[in-house]
Amino acid sequence: MSTKHLEISQVSIEFPTPSVPFKALDQIDLSIKQGEFVSLIGHSGCGKSTVLNIVAGLYQATEGGVILDGKEVNEPGPDRAVVFQNHSLLPWLTAYENVELAVNQVFKGKKSKVEMKEWIEHNLHLVHMDHAMHKRPSEISGGMKQRVGIARALAMEPKVLLMDEPFGALDALTRAHMQDSLIEIQQRLNNTVIMITHDVDEAVLLSDRIVMMTNGPAATIGEILDVDLDKPRNRVELADNEDYNHLRAQVLKFLYERQRKPEEAA
Amino acid sequence: MNTRVLNLMENKVLSKLTSIPKFNEINWANLSVQLVQKLGVPLIAIGIFLALWGATASQIQTSLGAVPGPVKVWQQTVVLYDEHVEERTKEVAFYERQEKRNAKKLEKNPDAKIKVRSYTGKPTFFDQIITSIITVLTGFIIASLIAIPVGVICGLNTTIYNALNPLIQTFKPVSPLAWLPIVTMIVSAMYISDDPMFSKSFLNSAITVTLCCMWPTIINTTVGVSSIDKDLINVSRVLRLHWLTHVFKIVLPSSVPMMFAGLRVSFGIGWMVLIAAEMLAQNPGLGKFVWDEFQNGSSNSLARIMVAVFAIGLVGFFLDRVMLMLQRSVSWDKNAVLR
Repeated sequence: MSTKHLEISQVSIEFPTPSVPFKALDQIDLSIKQGEFVSLIGHSGCGKSTVLNIVAGLYQATEGGVILDGKEVNEPGPDRAVVFQNHSLLPWLTAYENVELAVNQVFKGKKSKVEMKEWIEHNLHLVHMDHAMHKRPSEISGGMKQRVGIARALAMEPKVLLMDEPFGALDALTRAHMQDSLIEIQQRLNNTVIMITHDVDEAVLLSDRIVMMTNGPAATIGEILDVDLDKPRNRVELADNEDYNHLRAQVLKFLYERQRKPEEAA
Repeated sequence: MNTRVLNLMENKVLSKLTSIPKFNEINWANLSVQLVQKLGVPLIAIGIFLALWGATASQIQTSLGAVPGPVKVWQQTVVLYDEHVEERTKEVAFYERQEKRNAKKLEKNPDAKIKVRSYTGKPTFFDQIITSIITVLTGFIIASLIAIPVGVICGLNTTIYNALNPLIQTFKPVSPLAWLPIVTMIVSAMYISDDPMFSKSFLNSAITVTLCCMWPTIINTTVGVSSIDKDLINVSRVLRLHWLTHVFKIVLPSSVPMMFAGLRVSFGIGWMVLIAAEMLAQNPGLGKFVWDEFQNGSSNSLARIMVAVFAIGLVGFFLDRVMLMLQRSVSWDKNAVLR
């Protein structure tokens, strides 16, 4: 367990516009340990997704870079699996085939056909999707689609799991259910996770650290909050927990007092 | 024990029976509304059309007599069918005679050389329809084999799209009648063979169809490919899919709906173009039939051309339905409304 598993080092990014380049992120610095669960929180438009896309390799940082296990990453790859906000399953493939596409790609030549089949089924089982394995995305609910998306990402055995508001499009009950699943999976696999969220409760419930971002343009890390609550966590027990409520309050204060929405502040 | 099994079976059968709606439970009102909408309304419209046609046609006098009404057209349809049957019996008789003659020859002298000649009667109206369908399918398939890959490449690569787009847009509106002379000259210069597999006129019409009907497929495939959901492309990038896997697993399936819309437009254009091409190229087919009847100038000619008009329309309609069925079978989005 090295302390420098994933390092986001001095990352800035500018997007070209017809006039002056738009600086979206400025000097983002963050080190993440193996097995750590980090949430990125901030107002919409502050560049959370941009950070995630840079780590994923989908965007190129203008300055600085991302180092994973001592190697700089410049292009996307299955070692940094992404769970997209709107599931992004291929609608013409079944849940099984969607995971299969990823497994074939990552484990071709490393696993036998039987092993691959077992691995696909194992991952779908992990997200409790055994019963609807051979259904297409249009035949299952939003929560189930997101589960398959997570199974697909987990099946790649990524070094880092990147989640872009994975539960943002779900209703509150399903979301709670999915969060519990994620806690359970994280407990078993000890993945390194970076998750973007809008939801303060979700951030405190799931994370080891919460990275709070300032408003853009030229957004950067405002504050990092350590969440030292015992794991595994239970949402019902935590509801009355003083530490939990204190942490929650800190995030809320950051978001609504120090970093009010730009249009409101103006 | 036995009675229990029997009871069980009885229960099962009963439950199945009860799940079928009883006669008086069927919503007759709803059913009749459906029937009127789907069958009654079109029938009434067709009736009105026939009446208007019949009434106006007789008012118009041409050098070949009055424009034929529905009755006369129907009579000619029957005549054309009878001619077809007659021709077929002649053909069968011809081969029978030939066989007998050859058998006799062989009886007299087992070493005698036998000649088998194929029947050379004139193609009937129905033969012409078949020829036309084969020609349009040939042209359309060649066009699709060119257009889909070109469309995919244009959709994936903006530079190639920018390079080809002006050419595509220029050639798209060109009439088949302009292509035909060029195609004819090129085919007669290039396709020289003592034992040709295809007749030149067939190639002329098929290639003209190809040249005219590939554009909608190219354009639609390009649009379909270039408008793939960005997230799906990101999935492909994260997985580092090989470009061939990317094309076959992501690009083609997601552009199938647009591609098929293009293919159907292409097929429709191809069918229209074919009739014109056949007229000029004198390729056996419906176009030639129409031209021959026009040149023939008998009092029945207009009615026979009218039969051809309906045949062209109905065959085109039928071919489009076939394409629609194909589209439904390959489309992954079973909820999409396809018309």
